[in-house]
Amino acid sequence: MSRLVSVDPPLMIEASGLRKSYGDFEAVKGIDVEVRKGEAFGFLGPNGAGKSSTMRMVAAVSPVTTGSLRILGMDPATQGSQIRARLGVCPQDDTLDNELSVFENLAVYGRYFGMSRRESAARTAELLDFVQLTERAKAKVETLSGGMKRRLTVARSLVNQPDLLLLDEPTTGLDPQARHQLWDRLFRLKQQGVTLVLTTHYMDEAEQLCDRLVVMDKGVIVAKGSPAELIVEHSTREVTELRFGVGEHEAMAAKVDDLAERVEVLPDRLLLYTDDGEAAAVAVHDRGLRPLSSLVRRATLEDVFLRLTGRSLAD
Amino acid sequence: MQLAPRLTDYWVTVFKRVWKGTVVTSFLTPFLFLAAMGVGLGSFIDDNAGPAALGGITYLAFIGPGLLATTAMQTAIFESTYPVMGAFKWHRSYFSMAATPLTPSDIVASQLGFIGFRIFVTCGVFLAVLAGFGALESWWGALVALAVSVLIGLAHATPMVGLTSRMHNEFGFALVFRLGLMPMFLFSGAFFPITQLPTVITWLAYLTPIWHGVDLMRMLTLGTIDGSAALLHVVYLGACVVAGWFYALSGFTRRLAL
Repeated sequence: MSRLVSVDPPLMIEASGLRKSYGDFEAVKGIDVEVRKGEAFGFLGPNGAGKSSTMRMVAAVSPVTTGSLRILGMDPATQGSQIRARLGVCPQDDTLDNELSVFENLAVYGRYFGMSRRESAARTAELLDFVQLTERAKAKVETLSGGMKRRLTVARSLVNQPDLLLLDEPTTGLDPQARHQLWDRLFRLKQQGVTLVLTTHYMDEAEQLCDRLVVMDKGVIVAKGSPAELIVEHSTREVTELRFGVGEHEAMAAKVDDLAERVEVLPDRLLLYTDDGEAAAVAVHDRGLRPLSSLVRRATLEDVFLRLTGRSLAD
Repeated sequence: MQLAPRLTDYWVTVFKRVWKGTVVTSFLTPFLFLAAMGVGLGSFIDDNAGPAALGGITYLAFIGPGLLATTAMQTAIFESTYPVMGAFKWHRSYFSMAATPLTPSDIVASQLGFIGFRIFVTCGVFLAVLAGFGALESWWGALVALAVSVLIGLAHATPMVGLTSRMHNEFGFALVFRLGLMPMFLFSGAFFPITQLPTVITWLAYLTPIWHGVDLMRMLTLGTIDGSAALLHVVYLGACVVAGWFYALSGFTRRLAL
C-alpha cells in the first residue's frame, strides 16, 4: 500500500441519527456510530437492545427508517449490492444448507460473489483449513456440532475476502471450548487487518475482542469507549461481592454502604464498588458481619452495564 | 435479475440430490393415470359412447394432453410451496443469498427458473410415457407441448411463490391444495369437456389458467389448432406469469428486507 492516506484510517461505517421501526415498534432510536478500518468494534447489550436490527441495516439488507447511514462510503439504499459484495456476514442463526456438504456450502456461496468455480473451490479449501474443518469437508452439515457449524458460518462469511466482517452474536449457544476456538480465529482475522463489527451480550467476549464498543439498551447507546475506558469511567477498579442469606441483602446493604463508593443490591448478592476490594472485605468482617461467601474481583463491563442501566446483561 | 445465473451452481447441487426421486415419481404417476383412466376407463367409454362422443378421438387421446397440462400445474404448485417455505423458514437459504450482492429479483428469478426446470423434466418424462402408450401424433408437437407445459407451470408457480412468500407457516398449504389445486385439477377440462357442467361453473373454469392450458395442450397434441383461441390461451397464461412475477417479487423484497 503506497497510497497516501489521511491520518485517521478510512471510515467503514458512518451512522448518524439512525433509526429502525417495525410498525409501531421502534427497535433503534437514533444512534450515532463510526467505525474505522482495522478496528474491532462491538455492540454490547441485552436481548432486545436493538443490536441485531442495527446489524441488519449495516449489512445493507434492512432499509433504514430514518437517519443517515454510509457503509464503505456508499449508500445502502441505492448501492446495496455493491456494499454487500465487500461485506462478510455471520448471522445470528446459522443459515447453512443442512443437506449440502460442508464443502458445497462454501463453494456454492463463493459463486454468489461472482467467483469462478475454480477460484471458489480454492478459497473454500483454504477457509476450511483456517476454521479446522478440512477433515469434515465431505460431511453433511447436519452432522456437525454447534461449534463446527458456527465456524463454518464464519468461514462462509470470509469467502469473498471481505473488507468488513459483521458477526451477530458469534458465540451464543456455544460451549466454552468452542467459544475459545472461535475467538482465536477472530483474533487472527483482526491481526490480518480485517475490520470486525460484532454484537454480543457477553461482556467477556466484548472485553476480549473489541478495541472499542458501544453499550446499547432499549434502542439507544448509553455509553461508548474502549472496554478499559468504560470501566474507568463508570466503575471502580475493584468489586467486592458479598453473599448473605436469602432476603437479607437489602438490610445488609444499609450496614455496609459507607464502606464503598457505591453498593448494588442484586437478588443473590451485594456488590461493593471500591478501588480497594480487599480493604472493604476486611472492613465488613471488622463490623462483625459474616457473609456466606465473599469475593474480590476486578470490575468488568458487566458492572458498567449494571451501572448504566440498573439491570444485568443476562436479563 | 442479471446476477441470477450466479445461483446456478446452488440449484445444480440441489437437483443432484433429488433427481432420482423426481424421475421415478414423474414416470410412475402418469403411467398409472394413463393406464387406469386412459386405457381402463377409456376403453369403457369408447366401447359404450363411441369415438363420436369426443369428436372422433379415443378417450386416451382426449385425456393425455389434459393430464400433461395438469401435471405441469401440480408440479409447479408443489415446488412453490414447501421448498419455498423451507428456504424462508427452515434452512433460511434465501436469507444467506440476500446477504451477498444478489438482490431479491435475482433470488426469485433463479427460484422460478429452477421450478421451470423441474416442470420441464417432469413433463418430458410424461411425454415419453405418452409416446409409449402410442398417444403422440408428432415429435415436433411433443416439443411444443413441452414448452407449453413450462408456460402452464410458470403461470401457476409465480403467483404461488408470491403467496408462499407472504405465509409464515405451512398450515395454509392444505387449504391451497384442497380448495385450489384439487378443484382446478378436476374441473380443468382434463377429464371431460367442461361444457357438461352448469353454466356458472363452466364460466368459473374459463377463468382458471389451467383450463386455458388444457385446451391449448389438446389443440397441440391433436393438431386441431384454432389460431385465435390458441393466441388467447398463450396471452392469458403469459399474463398470469407476468402478474405472478410482480406479486412474487414484492413478497420476496418485503420478507428479505426485515
